[in-house]
Amino acid sequence: MSHHKLDATNLLCPMPVIRTQDRVAELASGDILEIHCTDPGALHDIPTWCRINGHRVVGTQQANNEIIVTLRVGS
Amino acid sequence: MSITPKAVVLISGGLDSMLAAKVVLDQGVHVEGINFFTGFCVEGHTHAIRNQDHKKPKRNNALWVAEQLGIKLHIVDVIEQYKDVVINPKHGYGANLNPCLDCKSFMVRKAKEWIEAHGFDFIVTGEVIGQRPMSQRRDTMPVIAQESGADDRLLRPLCAKLLPETLPEREGWVNRDALYDFNGRSRKPQIALAEQFGIEDYAQPAGGCCFLTDEKYSDKLRDLWVSQGEKRYEIDDIMLLKVGRHLRPRPHFKLIIGRDDGENNYLKGYRHRFTYMYGTSHNGPLVLVEGQTNDSDLELAARITARFGQGRDADNVRIEVVEQTGDPRNFKVVPLTRNEMQEAWYI
Ligand code: SF4
Repeated sequence: MSHHKLDATNLLCPMPVIRTQDRVAELASGDILEIHCTDPGALHDIPTWCRINGHRVVGTQQANNEIIVTLRVGS
Repeated sequence: MSITPKAVVLISGGLDSMLAAKVVLDQGVHVEGINFFTGFCVEGHTHAIRNQDHKKPKRNNALWVAEQLGIKLHIVDVIEQYKDVVINPKHGYGANLNPCLDCKSFMVRKAKEWIEAHGFDFIVTGEVIGQRPMSQRRDTMPVIAQESGADDRLLRPLCAKLLPETLPEREGWVNRDALYDFNGRSRKPQIALAEQFGIEDYAQPAGGCCFLTDEKYSDKLRDLWVSQGEKRYEIDDIMLLKVGRHLRPRPHFKLIIGRDDGENNYLKGYRHRFTYMYGTSHNGPLVLVEGQTNDSDLELAARITARFGQGRDADNVRIEVVEQTGDPRNFKVVPLTRNEMQEAWYI
């Protein structure tokens, strides 16, 4: 299991979701991906995308206009 | 043992593609969704930018639809390849800069590439004959099937009964009798079918699925092309066309003026690319300046900036002007009066 970061700041939805999707495709089941965004839509869209595709959101944080969504890649 | 056929559905986030997916799902087909991000999609963006929209749910409708249907959704970034569709549409534009027929063919072609790469059997769309004046007519349906190369692997469940039989029907992957014969501009059949499926909540985009059907947006895109002397765009250009007021006080420069804090914040993200200005003595918008400007242009821009700030009635307003090179400068200007603001400047 490894920990990865994705910078999706200054991108508007759905770009953060697309970047997340493409990055997750390269990761292994159980890996953790931390996505940094500025579009508040990501707070809604990334968890929805995870639910649809069998990944788990393990945390969301919001500080100084930055949103961090952390997910665990599903099998 | 029978193998479950697999279909990919073009999910726009609207009702029709949702219904089309549901019809095929209910026939036991394995369905996944695909959604193309062209850069012009109405999804999320400006809704997320503007303050006034913050109360509305910021959901992405395509994702939402997929979740309701319980299917996977693949969102594909086609920004680069889509440029040719917008810039050189073989079949021309609709009422605004919407190249709907070329766009549909392009998307079905992309879906066809996708099914070939992923071992799927056919493509489903929510098209209805006669629903849209340009792309959804009886005579354009075969054009899309043919130009996309999808041919009879393209199934439109909502109007399939009015069209020739397709491969999924011939192969018995779907039952033609359980497909539909919707026709015309009326939304009633779709609304009735939604009710029958127990679907109560769905997005109803007014004009179409993208900004290119919007008159004001198309005006701004045309203006961009005229000012550049050719038809081309980058993703940042078309994103910025969705934000702020756009004014062209002189042919060689344009101002993008934030309308609220949300837009000002968004425009701040572009400060590294443009000359920008904002009021220091009074609150007001962040303004980006696009084009080559001399000092008298900048002064005019500063006076316009002052006009849109809280100092519009003050004797003078201080505006900080930051160019890409050199130190920031502070202009003391008289805000333009209402009469001095020219209607023709607004794009
Ligand atoms: S409205 Fe926009 S996205 Fe929809 S078919 Fe026309 S050009 Fe394509």
